Amino acid sequence: MGKVGIIGVGQSSFVRGYPGSIRELAFEGFKEAMQDAGIPTKDIDASIICSAPEYDKQRSPAGVFAEYLGLVPQPTCYLESLCSSSSMGLRFAYSLVKSGLHDVVAVIGFQKMSEISSAESQERMGRGADIQWESPFGTMMPAYYAMYARGHMEQYGTTLEDLALIRVKAATYGQINEKAVYRRPVTFDMFSDPESPMSNPVASPLRVGDCCANADGSSCVIVANEEKAKAFSKKPVWILGLGAASTSVNLAGRDLFSGLTVAQQAGEEAYKMAGVTAKDIDVAEVHDCFTIAEMMAYENLGFAKPGEGKELIKAKETYKEGSIPVNVDGGLLSKGHPIGATGGSQIRTIVLQLRGDAGEMQVKDPEIGLVHNIGGVGLYGNVSILGR
Amino acid sequence: MGKKKKEVDDRFKRFGTVSFTSITKINDFIDYLDKGKIMGTRCKECGLFFFPPRADCHNCFSSDMEWLEVSGTGKLVTYSKLEFAPIGFGDDLPYAIALLDYGDYKVFGRIAGDVPENEIHAGMEMTARVNTLPNGQLNYVFHKA
Repeated sequence: MGKVGIIGVGQSSFVRGYPGSIRELAFEGFKEAMQDAGIPTKDIDASIICSAPEYDKQRSPAGVFAEYLGLVPQPTCYLESLCSSSSMGLRFAYSLVKSGLHDVVAVIGFQKMSEISSAESQERMGRGADIQWESPFGTMMPAYYAMYARGHMEQYGTTLEDLALIRVKAATYGQINEKAVYRRPVTFDMFSDPESPMSNPVASPLRVGDCCANADGSSCVIVANEEKAKAFSKKPVWILGLGAASTSVNLAGRDLFSGLTVAQQAGEEAYKMAGVTAKDIDVAEVHDCFTIAEMMAYENLGFAKPGEGKELIKAKETYKEGSIPVNVDGGLLSKGHPIGATGGSQIRTIVLQLRGDAGEMQVKDPEIGLVHNIGGVGLYGNVSILGR
Repeated sequence: MGKKKKEVDDRFKRFGTVSFTSITKINDFIDYLDKGKIMGTRCKECGLFFFPPRADCHNCFSSDMEWLEVSGTGKLVTYSKLEFAPIGFGDDLPYAIALLDYGDYKVFGRIAGDVPENEIHAGMEMTARVNTLPNGQLNYVFHKA
């Protein structure tokens, strides 16, 4: 059994209020990936459609997308693990190809969050946690991650200033990413300026500036077996390692509140499968739905020891020129977080980086990249390691 | 004989400001809340204790459970005070969600509204008590022990 490669990547611009339907939104990411791969649609043997449910009127989007994208009569299905849906899609595409069942599989992620209001969206997102035992208390994603932020602060003395540095970095790159929803600069001083929306409290200790932006968007990753990848692509990027994990949905069933066990576990698995360690990673995309999430990712993935993530960002080691560049496309914080499309967009960024096609965001000559994609409040974790 | 309308046991709809569940096998939990008691379940087969309570044991596959009261004090693990709320919870603002560690199990809930914010800190001893919300619904909140 040979290697499994990625031969095409694409994403739509991440925007507020996409002026089209979900099938039209999906078309944008798919078209870019197919043009990148340079193959006709008939060469796609199967498709996996990834998003978080309950945003759309459309039940079972897979069939609708397959028809609109010209992917019938090949098999298609819908797959979800909340915000990590399209990384989970990559995992399933890998297994379909590795098993020999299919040669080429398209993983299409999408979310049109603006189908519903922001308050409704918070309610939907909150119901990605335990609806029987927690949602009746009035939970929402920022408050859950805020509980982890407080846990990290209590455990390690992390400060709000440390977290603000992560937002400033994200905005540095969001400004140069033409597909990002938030393209304005964010300065450190905004967090202490009561006039700036960045400083407004959302759920203590997190502020508006600590939270990512909802967005509409789509992404697509074309996965192929070694033979097809070499035949179709001059610069295939190989899937070297995959890790995935889950944990108790209810916080009452967890023990760690200064990190995410799913990220630790998925990371260890992915490193082991790829035969590499954290030191070998040249560029990474991590799931910064909140600033604290990136801080925890540094530590859970082994880029820093537990509690020392703040030293990485203070020293700018996670900037483009640093020792371990992280989210140099703006991350979820500035690029935006259209839930089901996010993993595919992170994979796209790493693939472009490894091929040397990342333009102004290009890190110097990376060989191995990592994608860390989390679903729910650390409920699902996917780590994917890619290499050229 | 006339047709008798089937009675639906939907007691769980009374849990929390807005409940998203109405029918569950552990609906007696609500009756206990009415009596001021917060209860978990223990598997009679293998002895595993569950909070939140469960109808089924994943350890031995038994569904033979007994109720046991959550009592004593727990340590505050972490919390967050919300300035925005999801739909249906706006009238409760501001409120803080929190987690108490009782040693063998943890309880997710809210901090009582009358606990001054400057007195809240991780590690403090607190007690979970049943609370009736202004809309008549039931939940539990954490008081200083």
